Amino acid sequence: MSEEIEKNNIALPEPGSLVLSTSPHVQDGDSIARIMAKVLICLLPAVAASIWFFRFDAVRILVYCASFCIFAEYGWTLATRQAATIGDYSALVTGVILALNLPPGAPWWLCLIGSVFAIIVVKELFGGLGQNPFNPAAAARVALLVGFAGPMTQWAAPATGSLVSGATPLGAIHAVQGSADAMAQLGAPDNLMKLFLGNVGGSIGETSALAILIGGLGLMAFRLIKWQIPLAMIATIFVFTGIVHLAAPGLTPGPLYHILSGGVMIGAFFMATDMVTSPITPLGALVFGGVIGVLTCIIRIWGAYPEGVSFSIVIANALVPLIDRMCYIRPFGWHSHSVSALNIRRGEIK
Amino acid sequence: MNSPIRTWRFHGGVHPADGKALSNSVPAQRAPLLERYTVAIQQNIGAPPKPVVQKGDTVKKGQLIAEPGGFVSAPVHAPTSGTVGDIVEVPGANGGAIPAIEIISDGKDEWGSGLDPIPNWKNTDREILKKRIADAGIVGMGGAAFPTHVKLSPPPEKVIDTLILNGAECEPYLTADHRLMLERTEAVLEGAAIAAKILRVDRVFLGIEENKPDAIAALNEKAGQYGVTVVPLHVRYPQGGEKQLIYALTGRSVATGGLPMDVGCVVQNVGSCAAIRDAVVEGHPLIERYTTVTGTPVANPGTWILRFGTTVEQALTFAGGVKARAAKVIMGGPMMGFAQTSLGVTVTKNSSGILLLQWKETAEYTSNPCIRCGRCVRACPMKLLPGPVSVMVESENYDEAEKNYVMDCMECGVCTFVCPAKRPLVQHFRRAKAEINAKRRAAKAKQA
Amino acid sequence: MLITILVSAGVVAAVGLILGALIGFTAKKFEVQTDPKIEAVQELLPGANCGGCGYAGCADFASAIVTKGADPSGCSACSDAMLAKIAEVTGKAAGKKEKMTAVVFCSGSFSRSARAADYNGILDCRSASIVAGGGGKACRFGCLGYGSCARACPFGAIEIRDGLAVVHPELCRACGKCVNVCPRKLIRLVPASAPIHVYCNSLEKPAKRRKFCKNPCLACKKCIRTDENHMQMQAGLVRVNYSNPPEASFVEQVKCPTGALQVEEIHRKIAALKPVEPAPKAAPAPKKEESK
Repeated sequence: MSEEIEKNNIALPEPGSLVLSTSPHVQDGDSIARIMAKVLICLLPAVAASIWFFRFDAVRILVYCASFCIFAEYGWTLATRQAATIGDYSALVTGVILALNLPPGAPWWLCLIGSVFAIIVVKELFGGLGQNPFNPAAAARVALLVGFAGPMTQWAAPATGSLVSGATPLGAIHAVQGSADAMAQLGAPDNLMKLFLGNVGGSIGETSALAILIGGLGLMAFRLIKWQIPLAMIATIFVFTGIVHLAAPGLTPGPLYHILSGGVMIGAFFMATDMVTSPITPLGALVFGGVIGVLTCIIRIWGAYPEGVSFSIVIANALVPLIDRMCYIRPFGWHSHSVSALNIRRGEIK
Repeated sequence: MNSPIRTWRFHGGVHPADGKALSNSVPAQRAPLLERYTVAIQQNIGAPPKPVVQKGDTVKKGQLIAEPGGFVSAPVHAPTSGTVGDIVEVPGANGGAIPAIEIISDGKDEWGSGLDPIPNWKNTDREILKKRIADAGIVGMGGAAFPTHVKLSPPPEKVIDTLILNGAECEPYLTADHRLMLERTEAVLEGAAIAAKILRVDRVFLGIEENKPDAIAALNEKAGQYGVTVVPLHVRYPQGGEKQLIYALTGRSVATGGLPMDVGCVVQNVGSCAAIRDAVVEGHPLIERYTTVTGTPVANPGTWILRFGTTVEQALTFAGGVKARAAKVIMGGPMMGFAQTSLGVTVTKNSSGILLLQWKETAEYTSNPCIRCGRCVRACPMKLLPGPVSVMVESENYDEAEKNYVMDCMECGVCTFVCPAKRPLVQHFRRAKAEINAKRRAAKAKQA
Repeated sequence: MLITILVSAGVVAAVGLILGALIGFTAKKFEVQTDPKIEAVQELLPGANCGGCGYAGCADFASAIVTKGADPSGCSACSDAMLAKIAEVTGKAAGKKEKMTAVVFCSGSFSRSARAADYNGILDCRSASIVAGGGGKACRFGCLGYGSCARACPFGAIEIRDGLAVVHPELCRACGKCVNVCPRKLIRLVPASAPIHVYCNSLEKPAKRRKFCKNPCLACKKCIRTDENHMQMQAGLVRVNYSNPPEASFVEQVKCPTGALQVEEIHRKIAALKPVEPAPKAAPAPKKEESK
């Protein structure tokens, strides 16, 4: 009987208040919001560099794009009576990346159109986060570039630099095409150093390869991106432009110039690696990076536009389902003979 | 830690917080005798056993109360001496209600199994040993509850050259196998030697995760006498998955849809090995097991030797009840165990643990869309594509899911553990497997 | 300028003419003769492609009616007027059929049934039934309330009210999709003329049924004793004898002690009542609707 009394003092879980769910019953605690917050942290060096080089213009564009993107997403969820999704910070990430892709002279309405396009047209109309086939920031940049070529190509020199106003490193290529000497000059070490640090004209966030590289390494350290994508993309551009440069020195400058200029760095680390719109398998990621690299080189060298990274990313985004299908992972224990053995067991093959 | 043999590294895997410190230093305690046990009739995979006792019968401890219902079936024995009560319904660990035989204890706890000890097993015929294992009702005690004598009877065309003892215990929180290997070291090794004799193999590996150094030391001291090689393995869930363990120890990969014996291996849980030894050397059928009762809300977490038919409620009472509010009661470990809605669930041959979790520790599932981050692909030990497949299942596209090898999923839960969108991926795969199996059965019925 | 406009207009017109002629020629040349009756019958079929007839959609069934002489009344979704029209087209009298409707044999809405646990997972009955225990309700025979049947219904006839599926008989066309999809096998097709049903499917011990639900059938057989012709036992459950269903007033006559025997309309109204108990603490997050 003493056991009976003792038992009454012992607290037990109350049935009826327990949670019923499938296994596993523990999670590693990471969430979409935390992933996006980490991406934002990794964007900080690029944001800082943009503010350093373009001062108030960068602040203005960043604030505009970030707030427009958040408002666009919040407005959409309100209008369609869905649960608010701005808490996952994905709209903020899109806003910041879009801002870094705009020229320093971008007026407020350009930011508004870009943000609304990125959030509503590219993301929400396809079903929201996770369903969009294209990277919102890259698609918005393409849309603005095609629709508003004027304001999108009004470059200003960085506030700290002494570069000739109106020219970007990639614009310079087109200006001097045909002259091997001029190309060699572009690829000179001091010029490359300028590109690396970001003291050149261009979109506010894409100029400083160094800042983006720091953020990109952060992304890799957090394991937020597939390292295969930037690696394959940059390696392809290096090889492709290297070969073209050797074959025709007057056509294009050396590979380093290409990698450090324009949107290659920010595209490789922050836009192509968008998890929603990139292949899910490691091999697919390599192929995907390669496709972007090749397309970028073709557009840059032979295309009408001086820059082709965002175009390439959007085109490659469209190829992702195909790439995923091609670069299939075989399950553990897959042998060519095992499949037929399995099918015999199933009665599919006699 | 140095490994005596070459080991391989399987794809993916995760390192969940293991929570083993709660209970791994507490010696296993024998649970006090209860007044009443409700012994589930079916405690094995395969055919359900048939009860052979009537209400009012007197039984001795270890007496047969349900005989096997076929070859792939295992008998059930009385956990103590006393009288047989009604056949009652108890909640099953996997849901629903299952029939159980009620045994009212007479307090004497007298043995009477009818099985003779075979201390000289080295000179005994293999078939006799195999029959003994079948009579003792031994099943895989790691979780699947597959009858052991079936595993020890591979078809003659399969050449078996390796016996693998699974002491990895990769499930977080569980320490039952750890305590067993530490406290009953020789029983585990002797049982392994018996199984090796039955299988006629001389290569016996014991795979154990490196987080149990005391057990490794204890095993190494004695392993040589019994011809067992103790192999410390990296701590990585699911190191104790059958296919992963075989790969880690031999480098052989079991084909999709295949069985370990296809690659010449038989895998036995260490608990089953100790049970084999008890059945052969002592003549004791399987009536109790090491079960971890643990979790942060449990007052005194530890490992208990529980007889089958003990309810979760009683087991928790032994452990002093709860000191904090529990949100989940789980039979098994946190990665593959089953959440319970009632405390009337009974301990069976495969109950390796009873785990309680608090609100803040439990997984919380939502229905966010897949953001294709690819973490599940990186983590999946079967190298599947969990995220994309779950999207196929969500749109009820089971054919496509089948083409993507959803049937190879072993529901280890790694993908769901890492998913930042907190999608209930394992539930999607269970659904898909159920639907595909139903479709195959229907196709088979049509053919017949 | 004018010339430019004229030339371009002329070119477009010429291209249009040539292509039009080509299309006309190929249409005549490669014309496939189809029985116009098939199209006419297909027009008259509901076009929901529910598959209740056993054919792969309405077009397939239409051609079967015309070419193979299938009975149009195999379409449970067709009204009698439409069947008569189809009979006119085919010239063959359609067979008579009794109007059927689906009934969910459960009255355990969230507020009228006991909860065993807070379910956290996919909000779909078939997925929930895989998790041990299946859903949050204590009764393991009752409606799970996650709406697999409602999503399967091509006619929108099933509504989930407070965690209980209720069929709107005026919308139900008895295609049987819900019957197949329900993991608890709760739904049956019965003659639509039957006004009352026993809304319980539990095979639990009667004492437990009371604990789990406010309106269980306790199998007391009071209704069977009242009139054996109208009520009967079927596989351990009390059911209305659907070959001889009682009138609605039978409910008054029997005075079912738990209210499991109920008039269909009243059952629907009760299910619509607001839940009296507070919502569960760990309400599962809303599931993204599967587009079906």
